[in-house]
Amino acid sequence: MATTITKTETLVGKRIRRQEDPRLITGTATYVDDIKMPGMHHACILRSPHGAAKIRSIDIKPAQDLPGVAAVFTGKDVEGVGPVPCGASLPGLRVPPHAILAKDRVYFIGHPVAVVVATDRYIAADALDLIEVDYEPLPTVTDPEKALAAGAPAVHPEWPDNTAFLYHQEGGDPETAFKEAEVVVKQRITSQRLIPTAMETRGVVAEYRSAEKSLTLYSSTQIPHLLRTLVSQMLGLAENHLRVITPEVGGGFGSKLNVYAEEALMGFVAMKIGKPVKWIESRRENFQCTIHGRGHVDYYEVAAKRDGTVLGLRLKLIQDLGAYHQLLTPAIPTLSVLMMPGLYKFRNVTADIVGVFTNCVPTDAYRGAGRPEATHGIERMMDLLAAELKMDPAELRLKNFIGKDEFPYATATGLSYDSGNYAEPLKKALDLVDYHKLRQEQKQAKASGRLLGVGISTYGEICAFGPSPATPAGGWESATVKIEPSGKVTVMTGASPHGQGEETTFAQIAADELGVPIDDVIVVHGDTAVVQYGIGTFGSRGTAVGGPAVYYALQELKKKIRKFGEMLLETTDVTVSGGQCVDNRTGKSVSLAQIAGASYRAMKLPPNTEPGMVATYFWEPPNFAFPFGAHIVVSEVDRETGHVEIKRYVAVDDCGNIINPLLVDGQVHGGVVQGLGQALYEQAVYDDDGQLITGELMDYAIPKASMVPWIESSHTITPSPVNPLGVKGVGEAGTIGCSPAVVNSVVDALSHLGVKHIDMPMTPEKLWNLVHQGGQA
Amino acid sequence: MIPQNFEYSAPGNLRDALALLAGGNAKVLAGGMSLIPLMKLRLAAPEHLVDLGRVADLKSIREEGGTIRIGATATHYDIESSPLVRGKCPLLAEAASNIGDVQVRNMGTIGGSIAHADPAADYPASFLALEAQVRIASAKGERTVTIEQFLVDALTTALEPGEIVREIIVPVEPANAGVSYQKMVQPASGFAIVGAAARVRKSGGKVAFVRVGVTGLAAKAFRATGVEKLLEGTSGSPADVQKAAAVVSDGADANTDLHASASYRLQMAKVYTARALTQALSRAS
Repeated sequence: MATTITKTETLVGKRIRRQEDPRLITGTATYVDDIKMPGMHHACILRSPHGAAKIRSIDIKPAQDLPGVAAVFTGKDVEGVGPVPCGASLPGLRVPPHAILAKDRVYFIGHPVAVVVATDRYIAADALDLIEVDYEPLPTVTDPEKALAAGAPAVHPEWPDNTAFLYHQEGGDPETAFKEAEVVVKQRITSQRLIPTAMETRGVVAEYRSAEKSLTLYSSTQIPHLLRTLVSQMLGLAENHLRVITPEVGGGFGSKLNVYAEEALMGFVAMKIGKPVKWIESRRENFQCTIHGRGHVDYYEVAAKRDGTVLGLRLKLIQDLGAYHQLLTPAIPTLSVLMMPGLYKFRNVTADIVGVFTNCVPTDAYRGAGRPEATHGIERMMDLLAAELKMDPAELRLKNFIGKDEFPYATATGLSYDSGNYAEPLKKALDLVDYHKLRQEQKQAKASGRLLGVGISTYGEICAFGPSPATPAGGWESATVKIEPSGKVTVMTGASPHGQGEETTFAQIAADELGVPIDDVIVVHGDTAVVQYGIGTFGSRGTAVGGPAVYYALQELKKKIRKFGEMLLETTDVTVSGGQCVDNRTGKSVSLAQIAGASYRAMKLPPNTEPGMVATYFWEPPNFAFPFGAHIVVSEVDRETGHVEIKRYVAVDDCGNIINPLLVDGQVHGGVVQGLGQALYEQAVYDDDGQLITGELMDYAIPKASMVPWIESSHTITPSPVNPLGVKGVGEAGTIGCSPAVVNSVVDALSHLGVKHIDMPMTPEKLWNLVHQGGQA
Repeated sequence: MIPQNFEYSAPGNLRDALALLAGGNAKVLAGGMSLIPLMKLRLAAPEHLVDLGRVADLKSIREEGGTIRIGATATHYDIESSPLVRGKCPLLAEAASNIGDVQVRNMGTIGGSIAHADPAADYPASFLALEAQVRIASAKGERTVTIEQFLVDALTTALEPGEIVREIIVPVEPANAGVSYQKMVQPASGFAIVGAAARVRKSGGKVAFVRVGVTGLAAKAFRATGVEKLLEGTSGSPADVQKAAAVVSDGADANTDLHASASYRLQMAKVYTARALTQALSRAS
């Protein structure tokens, strides 16, 4: 027996570089487009050039005749394939049938009309040009408010009011609150349509083995198991004959939390032609056909007392849905309503959502998914209220925060906030910017004609999705932990991390629990034939729901380790520590390799114990987790040009316990950058004919490194009581906290000119007009 | 994102390149920063590409008789990092360093840029301020034109079928001159919403020489002679600069697009012209 070697250094909480990075930064990772197979064919998709049109006829003959073309399929060929699924259900929801290829009508630019399969991608692209489609263009509507107006073109002729659903939620007594209010502030606030713009576009490789009736789909997705369930239904294939493999995913941000027509279409094609087929989305297709995010027009009203106490909140939310429902489209605005009170004690709230069809690609989850919109709304309204009452915006927030002793806190929208100390990050952020001195500097700057502003945003978000009854497809997550016969540790997570770094954080958790070096652990994910069923990574749930599953699987495994340890050490009191099982009385130990070896060799087994060293755990979260924080932006508007310079960006985020501060920094930075994109640059613009004007990265501006300010990131730590790790989530926090802080700072910079609100993106021209035309944009 | 089929030639010397182009059906590839994206979107479908990238001596940068001669396939990076250009024609180095991003500057060439004649390209403002000349070559011979003759309209130049840009010729800047290129960046593409290039010289406390070129504002870049005349002979005070820059947009038919309306561009042309002049004056001795 070996002597005890205790690994004293724990890994959780340390800034450990990502296990994923070597393959990513050396260009050796395998993405969908890196997959090559013998006999593989290539697909290109013909897409509608019109925002709305009837298809009179399609002539595919010239394309079929092009040498190298294996097949061409149109809408009538795929009638047997089930519709693209909508997983969200709302009372009275109108769900337009969503075929994987259009048949007699197209509803948005980029709507798929036909697929060409050829021996190479160039031939497939040439063949697309040979397909003759006779379209009868129809009037389009791309603006959700215009779509609601009388006489607007009907996106779906069967529903001339373009209304997909109405949704009402109410809590407390909003009517009385507004009646008794001493002050009411109102504002129309938009959250413009955004294009998620993952660096890797979507892509699918499908391989069908007819003798086995088995289909393998490689797809750049966030949800391999859900994709398997749903695509197998669409194709009428037994679920266990479909294997989904998620290779490296080059960014999703929610845009790959979906089931797309092309995923089923490639399966269909591979089954038809009996050859592997690859489809890689172009950037233009990505802009036209992968979901967009946001798309809100919100009408807010806040009721308050003169002393700043908030009483009531009223919201009319117009959601631009696009032409169809993708997986979660109609559900996204309901998240905005759930989070509309923010961190404040609004006891009386009322919200009405109108879901509106437009001739645009569907909206769906994009980093934050409903919560950036809600946070933007309430944080702008708090500033408007502060301005109306001539109160300091920080003071107004501190006055209305839910108190740190009030948790768990039942909100007027029916949620239970898990834990919080909302004043702390705000106070910390105020200290970091030296708020009172900063306000003095601002006064002097404004006196000398400079347009300097300070913007505060304090956000709360719902994440760690979530308790299964509150989610469309189950909200648990799964993990399997194995000790191989050699003592090496394999973690299989049902979450499908794709850049968040759980190959590292889960390895940290496992290494600490077992006391082994991190390099002895690998984390496997993203293959439905290898990994037990799981839900996926989205909604800041990877670590917050997947992590506890790993933790509990490890506890199960440790029970078994102890049983074998007790047997081998001939004792009854052992501890798993330092990669050993240690006899607490004698100090004698056996290594995990010895224990694992014994468990697989199974010469002798502990009582009531199976061979092997594997444990699986499906963890059901009892609640969501609710991270929070405060972001403060100091910005200056160039009077001559309207250009915004972010002079300071201070982010104080509370995501509960932190497993790896380096990765949390990365998530905050990336999230803030996407928030800056919304605040300053990004907007998907459709013209009245349904053309996507921002159809390329030449016209759709995402922030580049040179456009990003230094982000001063720090934290407060309020552990979540929801899970044993005390973690919340941090994937979306930066995005959620960012945009209102930026807008509030710019409004503050221009407030003396009479500016009360600015819609995003705050382009230089928009701000120049405000400065030079007396506050009118 | 998949171009149509095309023939590709990569001649090793100028004579072969010009011979291949003589038929008039081939398109020149010189870096490909504009042409390749157009081909990938199938907005351009040339049957034959003649890549000038391997033509010997076409990317040389040399000084000759008071001028700097820059070969057509010199990349933007070659130009921004050239000690000769930085020392003797700093305006051009500054303009080159403002183009696109590192990847574009590593691939894109000065000849490719000017022959494409994008109305928002950075170089033309500086070429106009520098009163540059363009040496053109074809199988039939050579000719040299002024930059103002060369730039005809948006995406249109004086190049005839079979002709290529061989060299750009710019003057050696006197040591006491001050120059500056200032641009408002289109945040997606990195092109200029407006860009203003200024060259000034001072003498006896007065502004003795002013050249101003403006890009991005109109269909083609132009020299702002009205600004030049107003500033020459003044003391170059901030008020003088503002007064002169205020006429930069006079008579301009301003572009309008998603990123800037015509009226905003007209205003920004004044602002950036003033900024370029101010910085150039501060650099002049």
